[in-house]
Amino acid sequence: MNLEKLTKMANEIAAFFDADPDRAAALDGFAGHLRRFWEPRMRKELVALVDGGGGGDLLPLVRQAFVERRAQILP
Amino acid sequence: MYSIHERDPGTPIRISTKRVSLTIDGVTVNVPEGTSVMRAATQAGVNVPKLCATDSLEAFGSCRLCLVQIEGRRGFPASCTTLVEPGMKVTTQSPKLATLRRGVMELYISDHPLDCLTCPANGNCELQEMAGVVGLREVRYGYAGENHLEAPKDESNPYFSFDATKCIVCSRCVRACEEVQGTFALTVLGRGFDSKISPGGTDFLSSECVSCGACVQACPTSTLMEKSIEERGQPDHVVATTCAYCGVGCSFRAEMKGNEVVRMVPDKQGGANHGHSCVKGRFAWGYATHPDRITTPMIRARITDPWREVSWEEAFAYTASELRRIQGTYGAASIGAITSSRCTNEETYLVQKLVRAVFGNNNVDTCARVCHSPTGYGLKTTLGESAGTQDFDSVEHADVIVVIGANPTDAHPVFASRMKKRLREGAGLVVIDPRQTDLVRQPHVEAAYHLQLVPGTNVAVINALAHVIVTEGMLREEYIRARCDLVEYEKWKAFIALPENSPEALEATTGVPAAQIRGAARLYGQAKNGAIYYGLGVTEHSQGSTMVMGIANLAMATGNIGRPGVGVNPLRGQNNVQGSCDMGSFPHELPGYRHVSDPAVRALFGAAWGVEIQPEPGLRIPNMFDAALDGSFKGLYVQGEDIAQSDPDTHHVLRALSSMECVIVQDLFLVETAKYAHVFFPGATFLEKDGTFTNAERRINRVRKVMPPRAGLADWEITVRLGQAMGVDMPYAHPSEIMDEIAALTPTFHGVSYDKLERLGSIQWPCNDAAPEGTPVMHAEQFVRGKGRFVITRYVPTTERTNRDYPLILTTGRILSQYNVGAQTRRTANVTWHPEDVLEIHPHDAEFRGVADGDLVAVTSRAGETVLRAEITERVQPGVVYTTFHHPESGANVVTTENSDWATNCPEYKVTAVQVRRTTERSVWQREFDATAHAQADLLPGGPRPSGEAAE
Repeated sequence: MNLEKLTKMANEIAAFFDADPDRAAALDGFAGHLRRFWEPRMRKELVALVDGGGGGDLLPLVRQAFVERRAQILP
Repeated sequence: MYSIHERDPGTPIRISTKRVSLTIDGVTVNVPEGTSVMRAATQAGVNVPKLCATDSLEAFGSCRLCLVQIEGRRGFPASCTTLVEPGMKVTTQSPKLATLRRGVMELYISDHPLDCLTCPANGNCELQEMAGVVGLREVRYGYAGENHLEAPKDESNPYFSFDATKCIVCSRCVRACEEVQGTFALTVLGRGFDSKISPGGTDFLSSECVSCGACVQACPTSTLMEKSIEERGQPDHVVATTCAYCGVGCSFRAEMKGNEVVRMVPDKQGGANHGHSCVKGRFAWGYATHPDRITTPMIRARITDPWREVSWEEAFAYTASELRRIQGTYGAASIGAITSSRCTNEETYLVQKLVRAVFGNNNVDTCARVCHSPTGYGLKTTLGESAGTQDFDSVEHADVIVVIGANPTDAHPVFASRMKKRLREGAGLVVIDPRQTDLVRQPHVEAAYHLQLVPGTNVAVINALAHVIVTEGMLREEYIRARCDLVEYEKWKAFIALPENSPEALEATTGVPAAQIRGAARLYGQAKNGAIYYGLGVTEHSQGSTMVMGIANLAMATGNIGRPGVGVNPLRGQNNVQGSCDMGSFPHELPGYRHVSDPAVRALFGAAWGVEIQPEPGLRIPNMFDAALDGSFKGLYVQGEDIAQSDPDTHHVLRALSSMECVIVQDLFLVETAKYAHVFFPGATFLEKDGTFTNAERRINRVRKVMPPRAGLADWEITVRLGQAMGVDMPYAHPSEIMDEIAALTPTFHGVSYDKLERLGSIQWPCNDAAPEGTPVMHAEQFVRGKGRFVITRYVPTTERTNRDYPLILTTGRILSQYNVGAQTRRTANVTWHPEDVLEIHPHDAEFRGVADGDLVAVTSRAGETVLRAEITERVQPGVVYTTFHHPESGANVVTTENSDWATNCPEYKVTAVQVRRTTERSVWQREFDATAHAQADLLPGGPRPSGEAAE
């Protein structure tokens, strides 16, 4: 999959949930959205990008969710 | 002329709890207060003669044929304009009345051609019938006097003619244009003997007539007559069915001669349209018999190979073997399907079943991805159900109507007529749209506020409106506290009250003066019943889902959900967008909007289908394209959808299609996607199959077969046979059995069956034990999700920005005469009104670029370039240009980008930064398009089809 596009999509999702003043709710919202709507290969590839040291363009909420909500995001 | 064999009680039905008893010709009848004597008489089995009266129009009282006698009253009152009164004693037949009526008829016939035997209305003419009814035997005045028998015939409209020699000036056409359609295109010119019907002093084609057909339907003679009747004669039988164009879902009576459609007449019993129609449904059905139809299955190994016509058996065997080969090589998830919003519920249900039960994955999506998927997400999140809240009739109770990003007079014309009627009665109107749509100002309709926002700033506008509601004390706290999640509400309220959401703070962003926002918010917020209607101008944005939730927030905050006259009403684009979504066409949901991750739901379907359903969501359409380009997605079954034309960033779509190994297209014509296909399954039109469509108000309507499928199989049968070839039986004898399965597995459809549809005519889901006859208005007692959920809707500007290179914003839309990618309407005489897509540009922007009206202009974005003809107009604001996407060679989507809604990937069609310059030649892409079109036409068996001619 196109990682640049996945990065953009993840950031746009994060931009929505980031508006929630409750950080835990924002993280849950972001992670839940990916789990409910992204096909597994998209999630795996983006998480792998971050695991491999990439994903510098990802918003902090995305990177935090990949760490703190990892089990929720991955199949 | 009314449809054959249809009753016409003469004046409209009246609804009243008060009843009136009277006697008509000695028979006692009991009718609602306000009913005319003429209509009441029909209850006594009496048809009072009439000419100027018809039940779709208010009584007019001009023809003097319906005179009656009423005990205790002097003279001979017209029964159409006289209302019933308690104890009234009416006589409809007497020697004196007979004499009067014959006298009236003599005058009419003295100025009427006596060519009944060769007249197209012969056998279905009210004038002819009335002459018989009144016993006309002579015309004492002769026929040599002054008359109108030399009046010219207006043949300018492609679908109907206007023969003034046969006109009796009853004004039914004029009144239909005003009362039913609301266009006011017709008038009576002159007075007395010189009176004549005129479309504003010009011919019909040049006039403001929108060819809805209401005048033709209302005409009691053959003055206004369908050309199809002139050519083929009167029909001999009728089949009730549902239009296959927009999401209004009009009911029609297909008038037939054998297997040939003679005309389509809107059905008075239709719950969505109540007997009205538009130019598409009424007249543009000739594509069904167009010579471009492909009626034999075809296959080829490569897209550069000639097509080979094969039997259905060989086509299914080849396709099945290719799909299994691909799965064997690339994995189970390497294939998928796209269901069609133009196909029936039963057909879309079967395609998603094929994917889940036969392909063994969830890679199924539907064209709602590119239109109303944000509606599904937004309304499910806030209210609990992915559907509009109201029925269309609800608009009759609205006091203020807010139309956001929708152009109903073009895209949903029959509903627009209902809306305009309510507006003429005095309802307030707010239009939120970058363009000056027709609704903003037209005869007897004018928006109190037109918020002409900068494209892409919807969320800023809705937040500003909500800010005014919150900060000026217009919240319906009692409603909110009873019905909504208060924790989420308090968070939202604190957010929306922030100064950054005020109209003043957002004025520079939205381009809308703060005072207008405040005025519009007060109008809606203080209305007894405020209703919001929206379209793709809401959803097709990077914040489409946010905007839908913003609309739901606003409606909940003002208590405008849960009763007639209010609500959140998405105007769906295609005929079965609602249904295709209901049927589990999304990759994350099984039928009834139930997520695939729910083990109980998977177990239910798994048990019914004898398979294990995958628990993870599949690929959406844009993800399929990306996966195709990375080599992990190789096979796609596309039922009735032309993604090569309708989806954004055409270059990207075509690269993806070209990289697949088996693309299967099931369609009527060699559509754009078929040029990149390896298998072509010839599909069936809506006239060739049984099934159901679900319209924008959740109304399930029957589609009935009026002629056999030209290729031998209905679309549902093709899917069944493909599944069979892949080793899985889906044994249905009739679509009603598919609906039975849907009902057994889907709670909202639990009470739906073909038998019940026959009995009730149509059903609005949810239809179950709690609502056995359906649900016109949802969320009546409480929201479907329990407590309504307010959602924080922060405005996030799109990344598609203007700059020095791309200083204008292109936004796209539709036009009345054409439908979606135009595959159907381009093959009808509707091209008369819209032969090509044009670029609307403001005079200032045109002048700055030296562009004159009609010039060719290159439209260039970061994604590509196309060339269109310029139309200079102030409908668009400076800085904004607009086009439609009905003609493939226009390449509107060559220019649009891959930007999409954050939640659903619905494309951001409505915002593309572009530059416009004069040019003299077509774009590189357009020249390539021409070359591909010619090459692919040459690959058809027998060479190119005789294309480009309208069949009707």
